[in-house]
Amino acid sequence: MSVPQGGYWRTLAWAGGLGSVLVLSSWWYIATYGLTVFLQQLINGLQRGSIYALVALGFTMVYGIIELINFAHGDIFMFGAYIAAFVGGALLSQGYWVAFFAALVASMVVTALLGVLIERVAYRPLRYKARFSALTTAMGVSIFLENFFALPPHAVPFPLNYVVFGPNYIRFPDLLNVQYYSYGGIYFTTLHIMDFVLAILLMLLLVYFIHYTLIGKAMRAVAFDKDGAKLMGINVDWTIAATFAIGSGLAAASGLMYGMTYGILASPYFGIFPGLQAFIAAVLGGIGIIPGAVLGGFLMGVSETFATSINSNLGYMISFLILIVVLLFKPAGLLGRWRREKV
Amino acid sequence: MIRFVVASVLVFLLAIPAMAQQASVIKIGGLAPTTGNVATFGIGQRNSYELAVEEVNKAGGLKVGDKFYKLQLIFEDEQNSPEVGATAARKLINQDGVKAILGPTNTKVCFPVGAIAQENKVPMITPTCTNPKVTLVGDFIFRAGFIDTFQGAVGAHFVYKTLGKRRAGVLFDNGNDYTKGLATYFRDAFEKLGGKVVAFESFTDEEKTVDFRPQLISIKAANPDVLYSSDYYGAAALMAKQSKELGLNVPFMGGDGFDSPDLVRIGGQAVEGVHFTNFYSQDDPSPGVRQFIKAYRAKYKDTPDAYAAQGYGAAQILFDAIKRAGKVEGPAIRDALAKTRGLKTVVGVITYDQNRNPTKPAVIIRIKSGQQSFVTSVSPQDLPSTIRP
Repeated sequence: MSVPQGGYWRTLAWAGGLGSVLVLSSWWYIATYGLTVFLQQLINGLQRGSIYALVALGFTMVYGIIELINFAHGDIFMFGAYIAAFVGGALLSQGYWVAFFAALVASMVVTALLGVLIERVAYRPLRYKARFSALTTAMGVSIFLENFFALPPHAVPFPLNYVVFGPNYIRFPDLLNVQYYSYGGIYFTTLHIMDFVLAILLMLLLVYFIHYTLIGKAMRAVAFDKDGAKLMGINVDWTIAATFAIGSGLAAASGLMYGMTYGILASPYFGIFPGLQAFIAAVLGGIGIIPGAVLGGFLMGVSETFATSINSNLGYMISFLILIVVLLFKPAGLLGRWRREKV
Repeated sequence: MIRFVVASVLVFLLAIPAMAQQASVIKIGGLAPTTGNVATFGIGQRNSYELAVEEVNKAGGLKVGDKFYKLQLIFEDEQNSPEVGATAARKLINQDGVKAILGPTNTKVCFPVGAIAQENKVPMITPTCTNPKVTLVGDFIFRAGFIDTFQGAVGAHFVYKTLGKRRAGVLFDNGNDYTKGLATYFRDAFEKLGGKVVAFESFTDEEKTVDFRPQLISIKAANPDVLYSSDYYGAAALMAKQSKELGLNVPFMGGDGFDSPDLVRIGGQAVEGVHFTNFYSQDDPSPGVRQFIKAYRAKYKDTPDAYAAQGYGAAQILFDAIKRAGKVEGPAIRDALAKTRGLKTVVGVITYDQNRNPTKPAVIIRIKSGQQSFVTSVSPQDLPSTIRP
């Protein structure tokens, strides 16, 4: 591992610069809109950021292992959310927690299988071809998934009519008894807490998994040098399949949280936008770096929320603006360093 | 010999559809979004078009001049998208050769489709596009509903007079001609009445936005005593839920875009007590409406919402005009449509003004125990003259 360019002082200058921008803009916001509004926006921004972070985790992990920008990640996320909605909705009569955990497990397992299938069919055959080919099939998979699952059930033959979701939105069932809290004029719900805790928890688990378990070590070895890993007796195919399974499982978990938070799945195309935001979050934090995905997600969620509250139409522009500025000065992302080993 | 027999049978079989075409048929185009974020609107309207056409055909067809014609509905899903709607309209006109178009459903699709219909001299009746500029595209464009300057004024008047509220927070989709127009007309009327719009917040692209809280927090900070939104039921349900979550517990009022069973299905308890302006009420006791609701229920096992009723009304207006036109040609049908006076339909008595808009009342609906209940009916003359369109 090489020492970051510019070393200690450069990092310090970065942190100082970013910190003072954050402090100054927060101070301005509080002065203009008041502390209560600031805190309320912050809490909601963190929740939105948690959702982005959850989606970005799986995305950045897959990139870290095989350096493939998995454009289908947003659609895998969509798939997981739908599975969770169906399973959770069917089991709702069994009680809240049963429905919640059944939906979580079922959607993670089914979505992991889908991820492995996609890898086997669309990415593995191209593994030693030009990287551009795999990028193109990733886009193909993405567009295929959206349009396939958006087929109306009555328009496709048996047994496909039981597989497709249809083009209309569905209501996401309330899988938990959501509590409303308020302290000093600031309002939040159980879901705010769960989204945030889950984003941090899954990040820590993922870091632990990759650094301290056998399969995690195999993943890092494959990320470092495929041929070398093979010589050491690591089954590269299995390791990459496992990477996709875990990345897709994470996408399913984030799909479940998204559905519970907003209560609606707009259509099988709804994954495009969170997928894009997760991509930006991952790049912002340093693609392939797991804490970076969470940092990037929080940064985007919070800045979008504040920008939207200042001017409704600024919201989605601000994250792209931040992306451009950060990449101009730090091309490898906030936590990124130019080195060979990712993850 | 066998080959000859087979060949002639085949030729005969091929000729059957062609011969069927010979028996006089008028093709009517139908456009509505049966998929996407306002799918319940489109499904209702498609059902109504089918029902209206079926009823005419069962009764022997339409008598135009001294000839009887059967009707054939060719329906396309416009997905609430201007691009898809324009393509579908071109297909209906150029490929299918429809004589008139029923639809589309929403203002943003009405603009491009209206321009195409006008260019091809095909009369079009939109059941539910409410932006005043829609029929100004050209003299072939008619509507069966009221206009948003009226709807916004009715909403503002109700909020100001009946609910007694003075400080309104408004939230709407900035990327949609209908929602933008209605929100603006509401604001204008509310301020003319003496109320104050304390927050006028927007967002872009309803299909992408699920988090309205940044705007709702800003609105809450402005301390309104009523919330108004011109959006569709999906977004409206989420707004209602999220504003409760933020402790913004003020009455919520909206426009005809709220009219869907899905408002309650998504919003649940949060939409209880919501008011909105609408075209018609299912509780209307007039015999025409009762009969329509009965026929619709029998065929589709569902109660028609205002969008479905408007679709049926548009079909009634069109078929009446075709009968009076004397010949099945676009310009003749257009002239007959423009002369529609005092026609009784399920959505009221239709008389067209010079801008091809009918004068008809609006109703106000309240969500009560998860059901739509009729509150009052408001005619243009019930409004103070300052805000009358």
